[in-house]
Amino acid sequence: MNDLPVAAAAAGPHLHWALAAVAGWLLVGLLGVFALRRMVFVARVLFPAGGALALVLFGVALSAAFGSPETATLPLGLPTLPFHVRLDSLSAFFLMVIAGAAAGVSAFAAGYFRQGEGTPPGLLCLEYHVFLASMAMVVLSDDAYAFMVMWETMALSSFFLVIANHRIPEIRRAGYLYLLIAHVGAIGILLCFGVLQANTGDYTFANMRAQTHTVLWASIAFLLALFGFGAKAGLLPLHVWLPEAHPAAPSPVSALMSGVMLKTAVYGVLRVTFDLMHVQVWWWGVLLLALGLATALFGVVFSAAQVDMKRLLAYSSIENIGLLFAAIGLAVLFSAFGMKPMAALALTAALYHVASHAFFKSLLFVGTGAVLHATGERSLGKLGGLIRYMPWVTWLTLVGALACAGLPPLGGFVSEWLLLQSFLFTPGLPSSFLNMLIPVVAAMIALVAALSGYVMVKFFGVVFLGQPREDALARAHDASGWERVGMLWLAAGCILLGLFPTQFIALIDPVTHLLVDAGLANSGSFGGWLLVPVAMERASYGPVIFLLGVAAGSALAWLLVRRLYHGRSRRSPAWDCGFPWQTARMQDTAEGFGQPIRQIFEPFFRMERHLPTPFDAQPLYRVTIGDHFWHWIYLPVAAVVERASRLIGLLQRGRIAVYLAYSFVTLVAVLLVVMR
Amino acid sequence: MSVVGVLSQLLAIAVALLLAPLLTGWVNQCRAWLQNKSAPPLLQPYRMLHKLFNKDSVLATNASPLFRASPYIVFGCMVLAGAIVPTLSTDLPLSPVADAIALVGLFALARVFISLAAMDVGTAFGTLGARREMFVGFLAEPALLMVFFSASLISKSTSLTTIVETLAHRELAIYPSLAFAGVAFTMISLAENARIPVDNPATHLELTMIHEALILEYSGRHLALMEWAASLKLFAYSCIGLALFIPWGVAQAGAPLAMLLALPALVLKLAVGGATLAFLETISAKMRIFRVPEFLATAFMLAVIGLLVSILLGV
Repeated sequence: MNDLPVAAAAAGPHLHWALAAVAGWLLVGLLGVFALRRMVFVARVLFPAGGALALVLFGVALSAAFGSPETATLPLGLPTLPFHVRLDSLSAFFLMVIAGAAAGVSAFAAGYFRQGEGTPPGLLCLEYHVFLASMAMVVLSDDAYAFMVMWETMALSSFFLVIANHRIPEIRRAGYLYLLIAHVGAIGILLCFGVLQANTGDYTFANMRAQTHTVLWASIAFLLALFGFGAKAGLLPLHVWLPEAHPAAPSPVSALMSGVMLKTAVYGVLRVTFDLMHVQVWWWGVLLLALGLATALFGVVFSAAQVDMKRLLAYSSIENIGLLFAAIGLAVLFSAFGMKPMAALALTAALYHVASHAFFKSLLFVGTGAVLHATGERSLGKLGGLIRYMPWVTWLTLVGALACAGLPPLGGFVSEWLLLQSFLFTPGLPSSFLNMLIPVVAAMIALVAALSGYVMVKFFGVVFLGQPREDALARAHDASGWERVGMLWLAAGCILLGLFPTQFIALIDPVTHLLVDAGLANSGSFGGWLLVPVAMERASYGPVIFLLGVAAGSALAWLLVRRLYHGRSRRSPAWDCGFPWQTARMQDTAEGFGQPIRQIFEPFFRMERHLPTPFDAQPLYRVTIGDHFWHWIYLPVAAVVERASRLIGLLQRGRIAVYLAYSFVTLVAVLLVVMR
Repeated sequence: MSVVGVLSQLLAIAVALLLAPLLTGWVNQCRAWLQNKSAPPLLQPYRMLHKLFNKDSVLATNASPLFRASPYIVFGCMVLAGAIVPTLSTDLPLSPVADAIALVGLFALARVFISLAAMDVGTAFGTLGARREMFVGFLAEPALLMVFFSASLISKSTSLTTIVETLAHRELAIYPSLAFAGVAFTMISLAENARIPVDNPATHLELTMIHEALILEYSGRHLALMEWAASLKLFAYSCIGLALFIPWGVAQAGAPLAMLLALPALVLKLAVGGATLAFLETISAKMRIFRVPEFLATAFMLAVIGLLVSILLGV
């Protein structure tokens, strides 16, 4: 799709500034090594500095969004293989998302890492900033070599961040699983680049763009990319690491992994499918749609059944990744049939969701971090009533929860709205079979969106509302200053993304022009107050007026009630149908809140129930919820691997003589081959 | 945006606010008649609101600001819903602000706030109600969206005013998809407005209540606002149903005089609709809570079938 003359693109100021900011992150990380155990210095100076650099990067990316592509060659890497970097509108958009979310998370981290998390704070600072820098470099890379190096750096640095608390066995196990699947996925990406360079031996993206592929090879490359990036994104059935690894990490890192790192996988899919390849085949879109929807439904259903707040959010990330892939699938489908404006609409929905998910999921994760710090508790069954002790965290998390639930007028709703709008276009597809499939898909998306509302009410209600389920919760303290700054930034992102869609779509417009050669250029009407993706008669949405309308209704009611009647109120114990012996144990638990979902979607879960009998002296009810995919795929594969390694283990006799015999036989075999 | 448009918008809001309790009173009256009871007066809901507004609001000791703010937010949401649903005229300047999808989002916003408020005090009934409300909602919401989509495929628009103008003022055509959508919409409306067979608005029995459990801790002006919001919701749903399936009589943009005719038409349609609702409630029995998913899944399926039909037949 993109035939922009690469040679004409020159290194420009934006790219230099972006690289400087990335180098700044590395420098901050290195300073952390020199201040290995000086907690105050690391927290009060280095993390805010990292946040400031993120703001710089954010600004640079913002101004680069409308510019022409800029390229540069870095004298790094191997002598004959320098790193190529390129900043085009797609990179700029993702850079904006990475830097925007990272700015808030870094500010939060400055207040969060008050004591080490089992790793010296300086080391944590190094890993954290290398992680940030590698994510930024992934979207800037312009050749497969640089991309893979940055991709692996990202995986490794985040692995070390995940196992920050490495003394806990579960965390080590989660980290190992993450590392394993990350590397299996990396093989897929590497092979995909191998296919795309089409035997030219030149691994720059510019060369890949210049190649034309047959449908067969293009499909192979697409499937490899889907596998590789899907493993990073947590697409079904490669999702199993995500609910283990994301909650295991310290909360700011969970926020970055869920909010930002997953988006690099989305970036990879977009880069390969729309930029490096020039054709899209319609069944790619169907595959993406099917996988995306399965992932979304799976994620949201499992998320409703969780009792650990960070796991709940991790599953919710799986759901959102599913929605993103479904939207990309729709864009591929439209693009394959040459319906460019509609492909642009679907892609805009996907990219909008990338941005809003980055902000609201980071916000929710850092919110759980604040709760975790204040209470030391991750289990939903032991929280509750925190609105009275942590008002800042509560109200800011509420913004994130409403955005995550896809409610107007916040960020999550705009992308959902655009996505549903693009589904309503589909009756124009040339295949009647596909046309029939589309309403079902739209229904699924609506179901997933509604279920995510259920999940968010459960999450927010159980953690922050009601009576505290433990006495210790009354001693919970609110977020510290830096934590508030970080959360405020992220919440502001959610609100602004919700209120000013036309302005943000103007930023996405160059990206869709780059990828599918069309865009929603004039998406605004009435001076940008109304979002009009196609035409005024078709659909429009005006979030600011929407908010003002609700606010005016509320305010009018408030004023009139006070003017015409009175504002008297008094306090008394809760009524509860006259039942006086209320305790916190009588509230719905997280398990109880998830029970209807468990019952309706029972086939989704692998449930093991232990029911008490009437004669038990100490009745015990236990239900464990497992994942079918473990038993369908992972455990069989693990069994095969173990059996194979046991066979290989037969070679190891533990005696020198045998090993010498092996060497001798090998030598003879090699000589035979060479001499022949 | 003309002066007439602004006036018609204000009139629409005023009509919604004033007629909503009347509709609730009418439904209650019809239901009492059908069940051989002596009916409360038609204006009973207004007296009820007046009484509640006069009373002190009793708040639970641990009620948070969220609990106090929620009635206003829910009420504000319902006012906006009343403003964008075409009742008398399609000349509504606020209508482009929220199309059908945003309207579903608006109802969801109100639902989330009412559920969160119910969880705030932390009583057994409140959380139970919140769970059940969200449980009904997550099935009803996508089904409602599918109903809207069936109508939008006909009018090639998700804007409610465009849908109504298309359906009301083009030459009469039979849309089979709307038949499915109509049945689905009726089922959804019963569920969403806490009616039998999903919920019983006239009971405080723990096994059955949803809506009453949600607002159990409210009293005084807060309760009044919640009740008013509930009747506004019923009004909005009824008007959506009328707009989609019996749109005749709604005045077109640029025909302000037709509104004179539209008001009696609306009252007449609502009277028939309310009586039908009371009839439906009387002939059906309350379901067990775990039969509700089946009920709503049926509605969801019907709506999707309606959508499929309209794509297959191309109308």
